[in-house]
This record gives sequence, structure tokens and C-alpha cells, in this order.
Amino acid sequence: MTSRTLSSSRLQRLLIPVTAVVGALAVGAIMLLALGANPIEGYWAMLEGAFGSTNALIETALKATPLLLVGVGITIAFRANVINIGGEGQIISGAIFSTGAILLLPDTSGFILVPVVILAGLLGGAVWGAIPGALKAYFGVSEILSTIMLNLVAAQVMNFLLRGPFRDPNANELGAIPQTERLSEGADLPILVGSRLHSGPLIAVVMAVLAYILLWRTTAGYRLRAVGLNPDASRYGGIPVKRSIVLALTFSGALAGLAGALLVFGSESHRFVTDGSAGGFTGSAGFNGIVTALFGALHPLWTIPSSFLFGGLLVGANSLQRAVQVPQALIVALNGLVVIFVVSSDWLRQRLGLAEDAHQAEGDSNSDGDETQP
Amino acid sequence: MSELLTQTAIVATVAAALRLAMPLLLAGLGEMYGQRSGVLNLGVEGVMLLGGFFAYWTALELENAWLGLLVGLIVGLIMGFLNGVISVTLKANQGISGIGVFLFGLGLSDLLFQKIVGTPRLIDPLAKVEIPLLKSIPVIGEAVFTQRSIVYLAFLLVPLSMWILNKTTFGLNIRAVGENPAAADSLGVSVARTRYMTLMIGGLLAGGAGAGIVLTTGTFQQNFTAGRGFIAIALVYFGAWRPIGVMLGALLFGFVEALVTQLKTLELIPVSSQDLANMAPALITVLALVVVSQRFKPPAALTRPFSRGG
Repeated sequence: MTSRTLSSSRLQRLLIPVTAVVGALAVGAIMLLALGANPIEGYWAMLEGAFGSTNALIETALKATPLLLVGVGITIAFRANVINIGGEGQIISGAIFSTGAILLLPDTSGFILVPVVILAGLLGGAVWGAIPGALKAYFGVSEILSTIMLNLVAAQVMNFLLRGPFRDPNANELGAIPQTERLSEGADLPILVGSRLHSGPLIAVVMAVLAYILLWRTTAGYRLRAVGLNPDASRYGGIPVKRSIVLALTFSGALAGLAGALLVFGSESHRFVTDGSAGGFTGSAGFNGIVTALFGALHPLWTIPSSFLFGGLLVGANSLQRAVQVPQALIVALNGLVVIFVVSSDWLRQRLGLAEDAHQAEGDSNSDGDETQP
Repeated sequence: MSELLTQTAIVATVAAALRLAMPLLLAGLGEMYGQRSGVLNLGVEGVMLLGGFFAYWTALELENAWLGLLVGLIVGLIMGFLNGVISVTLKANQGISGIGVFLFGLGLSDLLFQKIVGTPRLIDPLAKVEIPLLKSIPVIGEAVFTQRSIVYLAFLLVPLSMWILNKTTFGLNIRAVGENPAAADSLGVSVARTRYMTLMIGGLLAGGAGAGIVLTTGTFQQNFTAGRGFIAIALVYFGAWRPIGVMLGALLFGFVEALVTQLKTLELIPVSSQDLANMAPALITVLALVVVSQRFKPPAALTRPFSRGG
């Protein structure tokens, strides 16, 4: 590849997701107008609310954390040609494992509690990712369907635990909020700056860098990508395809699980709490992480700024609601549009790529293309 | 357990099973058309939510449940067409684009409800229709033949779909396009047009399924589908891509859901374990997928966008 095609492919990789977001925001503006709100006023309030002050930036970084972890996880899976829609369930599983571990350990365990939280979160997510991975590799079950179903299962297990074994023993009524007690202070994520900014965002960024190293600097990562590009050739080349698929979903789930652990132990209340739905705990990060990953061009490092942007959208949605009285649900709808626009323009990208330089179709510029089969 | 076997309990459970099977059956049959033609539509849940909202809103404003159903169907049809643009014309990755449609429907239905309706109000549901003579069959009659109209319509679509898929040229085209689009194309069948048609049927029925839920319960709430759209997609695999199979799957799920509800009502399941009982449908689906994927193969071209010569 010459440097010219390299840079033009870089540019295109970024141009299409950016155009998709601009397109979604444009549709959002039309929706705001239709609802009788001033889009400029609304979007300005959103920008200010997301990035306009130190506090806003901190909230955005905190909101971006689960999106980054889930997004990087989805990227790893996608590179191996596996679609992980199970982020919601894996987040919950990670939260369950880490909360369970902390409830079991005595409060006095001291400095080991935070590492336990992190490891248990990774483990919980890994288990919930490995199941659909094994089902796909050894039983031919579409991971798209099994991950979605496991989301529903995890949500019910969470409800069961938070209303039963994990329930706050100090809560009086059965009808109380499904939540744990205030979890051990020793397990609180260390605070970096001020009172709110804990180390979660830092951990997530480190994970993104590790994922990059995994994918491009290790044999396991090379195998994952090879399986993603061409499973048949990989098999002939002696790569254990089935094991690579399980591994991809295990890594992918582990990162989402870590997000769940950080959501619990980095929360203001330091409790594991839900409203009875999966989204009540996860904030739909398992789905929004898909948006983040796509906007990050399915690259772990690009997913870092991408998650910051989408974290900002979610934080800014509050201000948008206050400024123009349009419910935050607008952002959910816009996220959906971003997904649709990004995947719909894949085809366009390949078209452009082919027209410009026939060689560009090879290499990793098309590894995030649409050859993925469930 | 004897409380479960009283006549009232049996009638209530069977009647509820059919009612709960209805949205799964409608959405599942719709999804089946798309998959038989080679398109996996993961956006069913989003379309159900949108169809459901517009059906609810129409029924609320115009005080007519049938107009509500009509609007729900039309919204579904439009979404089906847009899905055609995304999946067929723009050849988007079907494993992901549907999640976008889901999020879009989830957000928009919630947004519109909060902005336009605000506080939930009850609507008059579709009327119950008692089938003369049949309803006087002991036990079964009361359970099966005193349903709301849309339940009968959903079940009538099963033989209709069998006929369409197996006996008409359109059905032959659908199957050809789903198994071997290149061959179908060379015989002059338009792959794109066939897929647009099946996706629009799928959208229509998903919109109807969402409308069916709000028009039988009489209420709307955020995310009222609670994963049923996704279960409907799995039912198509479960039912081995055949109308009868989809119907059996929908009935099984409706029955499990009804049974769990009945057990809860009779307090046969301790309150503490109700959440575990609620995960039965999703768990059964996973197990069923394992079994089914050993025996049946999906349409060969499923999830593959078609390009001539490509």
C-alpha cells in the first residue's frame, strides 16, 4: 500500500461515521422542530451540558466509561467476525460477580477489594460471553440470537438477586427498590480528582490500549483477526477457528463485565441498583456501546474519543430536556439512527474505496465490512 | 398444585396463552417471510414499539381501536419499506442495522409518548368476539373461542402463509431468492423486489403485533414489548422457518408465560422466585436454538446482501 491510499482510507474511515452522526443530528433537528422546540437552542444546551464545564467533562468521562469498555469488547468480537449484542447481559453478569464477591469478603480485607472488584467483573462478563461463544463454535447457534436471549436471562437473575439474596438487609418493605446495601467502602473505586472522578475512566482507557495490543501485537489477536477475515483460510493455516471464536466472545464479554463492576462500585450510591429492567441498571450501555464501537471505526483506540462523544450526548441529554422540554429518549432514537447510518454507508465506503484504488479492498480496511455472517 | 387444575384456572391459562401467543405469532410470521427471502431483520422489537405507540395514540384520540390497528399496520409497513432501503438497497450489515432500528423505535416511541400523551390513559381494547356454537364446547370453548378479534386473525395467517409460501409464485420466488439468489436472478426474478416485499410484510405484521399488544391490554408503557420482538426472531429459527413451526413456538411461549402468570396469581411460586420464573422463555429459546440448529439449516442466503456478479 502506498501512503496515499493509506491516508485516503484513514480519512474515509473517519469521514463516514462523522457524516453518520451529523446526519442523525440533522434528523434530530427536524424531530425537535416537529415537536415545537428550537434545535439550535436544544443542541447548544446539550453541548454546554456535556462539555461546557469541568463538572460536565467529569460526568461525560464517567458516562463514557461503560461505553468505551463495551465498545472495545464489541470491536474485538467484530474483528473475529462475531457480533456481540449481549453487552447488556455481560454488564449485568460482571456486576453480579463483583457485587457477590464483595458481599462475601469481610470488609476488613483492605487493599485487595478493588482488584477483586475488577477481576470478578472481568470474570462475570467472560462467563456470560463464553456461553454464546461456545454455543456458536460447537453447536452452530447464531450468537446474535443467543446473546440477545442471555440479556433477558441476566436481567431476571439480577432482579432475583436484588430482591432476594443481595437485597439491602436494612430495607424494610418488600416493595422497596431492588438494590443492595451500601457496599464495602474499601471497594470504592479510588478517586482521582475532586469528589466524583474515580479511576474507572482510566481503567477503561488502559483496557482499550491493552485490547489494541492484543489484536495487533499478539498471536491470539492475529488469529482472531485472521478468523474474522477468512475462517476457511485460517483453518487451512492451522488456526483453531472454534477456539478463537470462543476466545473473542470471552474477551468481549469480560470487558463489558468490567463495565458492570465499575458501574456498581463507581456509582454515587455505591450500591447495585435497578428499576427492575436491564436498562435501569446499565443505562443501555450494552446497546449504546455498539454505537460507540461503530463510530470508533471498530478500532480500540478510536473508540476512546468516540465513547467520550457519545458519553457527552447522554450527559447533554439532561440539559437538552431542561432547555427545550424534549425527553431524553430523543438521544436513544438518535443513537439508533447513527447505527443505521453507519452500517448503511459501509457499502458506500467500499464503493468509494474500489473506485479510488482497487488494492484498497485488501488488508484491514475491509475487515469491518459486511461479510459478517451470524 | 390442585388449584391449577380447576376449570377456572385451566380456562384462564389457556385463554391467556392464546392471547400472549398472538403478538409472537404475528411478528414471528412476518419475520419468517424476510428470513425465507434471505434477510435477517433484527429490528422487529423497534417496529413493534412504534406500531404499538401509534396504534395506542390513534385509538386514544379517535376512540376507535380498529383505526388504531390500521395505523399500527401502516406504521409497520413504512418501517418495513425503510428496512428494505437499509438491508437491500444499501446492503447494511443485518446483524447490526436491526439494533439501530430497535434503538430508534425504542427512543422514538418513548419520546412521542412522553411528549404527546404524557400520563398513561386507558383505551378501549378491541372487542371480544365469541364464536357461536364453538364457544359452547365445554372448557375449550370458553378458553379458545371468546378471544379478541386480532387473536383469531393472527392464527388465520398461519394457513394463509403456508399457502402463500408453498403454493403461489410469489412464495416460490421468496424461497428461491432466499436459497440461491443468483439462480433466481438469472431466471428473471427480481431479488431486490422480492426482498422489499417480504420486509414490508414483516414490517406490517410487526406493527400489527405491537398494535395487538396495546389494543388487547388497553395501555401503553415505555418498552412494553419487553423483548418479545427478539423472541419472535428466535421463534423463526425455533420453528425451522415454517409457518406451523412458528405457530407451535408462539403457542409454547404463550403457554409458558400464561402458566407462570397463573402460578403467580395462585401464589404457587414464592414471590422471591418470580423473577427466576420470568426467565423461562429466554432460557427455553437458548436450549431450543441448540437443538434446532443441529437439525435444520437456515435459508442459504440468510444475511447475505445480493449483488449481481458479486
